Amino acid sequence: MSHASVPSYRQRIGYQAGLLGGSTLLAAALLVMGDMATRDTIELRKAEDLKASLSQVIPPAMHDNDLLAHPLTLENADGAPVTVYRALDGLQVKAVAYRIVGIGYAGEIESIMGIGADGKILGVRVLAHAETPGLGDKIEVAKDDWILDFDGLSLGEPPAERWAVKKDGGDFDQFSGATVTPRAVVGSIRRGLEFFQSHREALTTPAQITTTDPDAPVRSQP
Amino acid sequence: MSTDTETKPKTPWGRIASDGFWNNNVVFAQSLALCPLLAVTGTATNGLGMGLATTVVMIAAGLLVAMIRGQVTPEVRIPIFILVIAVLVTLVDLGMNAWLHDLHKVLGLFIPLIVTNCAILGRAESFASRNPVLPSAFDGLMMGVGFTFVLVVLGGLREIIGSGTLFANASLLLGDGMSFLEVTIIPEYRGFLLAILPPGGFIALGFMLAAKRLIDARIAEVKRRSAESGGEALA
Repeated sequence: MSHASVPSYRQRIGYQAGLLGGSTLLAAALLVMGDMATRDTIELRKAEDLKASLSQVIPPAMHDNDLLAHPLTLENADGAPVTVYRALDGLQVKAVAYRIVGIGYAGEIESIMGIGADGKILGVRVLAHAETPGLGDKIEVAKDDWILDFDGLSLGEPPAERWAVKKDGGDFDQFSGATVTPRAVVGSIRRGLEFFQSHREALTTPAQITTTDPDAPVRSQP
Repeated sequence: MSTDTETKPKTPWGRIASDGFWNNNVVFAQSLALCPLLAVTGTATNGLGMGLATTVVMIAAGLLVAMIRGQVTPEVRIPIFILVIAVLVTLVDLGMNAWLHDLHKVLGLFIPLIVTNCAILGRAESFASRNPVLPSAFDGLMMGVGFTFVLVVLGGLREIIGSGTLFANASLLLGDGMSFLEVTIIPEYRGFLLAILPPGGFIALGFMLAAKRLIDARIAEVKRRSAESGGEALA
């Protein structure tokens, strides 16, 4: 690119500005097209992910509905909204599942927790975390059975004050070399149970489903 | 290989290839892109996925930048190149999220970081903005292949030492047909944490850089000897 051969209009400030503006417009158009082409597929993949993790904490035999259909939205103790997925048999609530979050060694540890209508834990699975590989990642079911120890427990069993790791005088094992991570998970599960207790009424009343929305997934009848 | 009719001097395809893969390798010679390199190479599969995504972006960036280089004035070229690269990376990110979702879950955090991979802007600036379309795309391909090569070797080393496997979860990236790649090198291995953590990446990269120097020295030695013996034969 030699400067001598560049036409004079290109050296005007207007050309430069127009060039930048035009390229930005073109880029924006491309991004919109890309977004439109992939949005539905990405939504579908995310729903599949959610369904897969929900099926780990609520046994599929327990319910006959689409777990993602008709979720409830309630407020937790901090006033933040919690989306609750309900497992229904007919219209009877058999179990609920929702996300719980604890602050671990390296940021948030996001888990999903399933609780039966009797208040007992059906299962807990960690969805996302950034804990140290080899130390803190034993909270993943793929690495260790630790998270399975919570199955069947509830807020009375063990009593609320013993919902902590052993180092803090509670009932649950920490890992050698990692206390912060299990402490965060145990704490998030305890808060999840407390959430269930304080909203027990709203969570377990039989579902009232109005099928006015034609796009809503159809409930399979028992 | 077809020659480009546009260029009067013959395009040095062979030199572009050897530069991209070895002599001017993104990591070995330019020491660029170390952040994604060390971040994702816990396993060979992650390295391969990151390398392929980067290669796609590099080829497309080379193509586009070479196409618009006549219109872009030197004063505004950097913002426009960055814009081109950012759009490409976002499109790759969306596409992977939609169609390679499982791999995206692993690499998702690092794909947007391809924008900050200075190697891509570096090639746009130093090669694609001065060369025709085909050689620029080819340069992007070879630079990407060179980068992928380093990612896979480093990922493989760290995976074998760190977890005792090789190409774990390769079927997520390449489809179920390639699951034969997933090998357990050391059964019942307890794992070696250091190799998976970032310091292990630095250490392994150091050994790879040393190996590259050794190989280069050996090649130079062989060339020197053959030149000497050639000279003696003439004399």
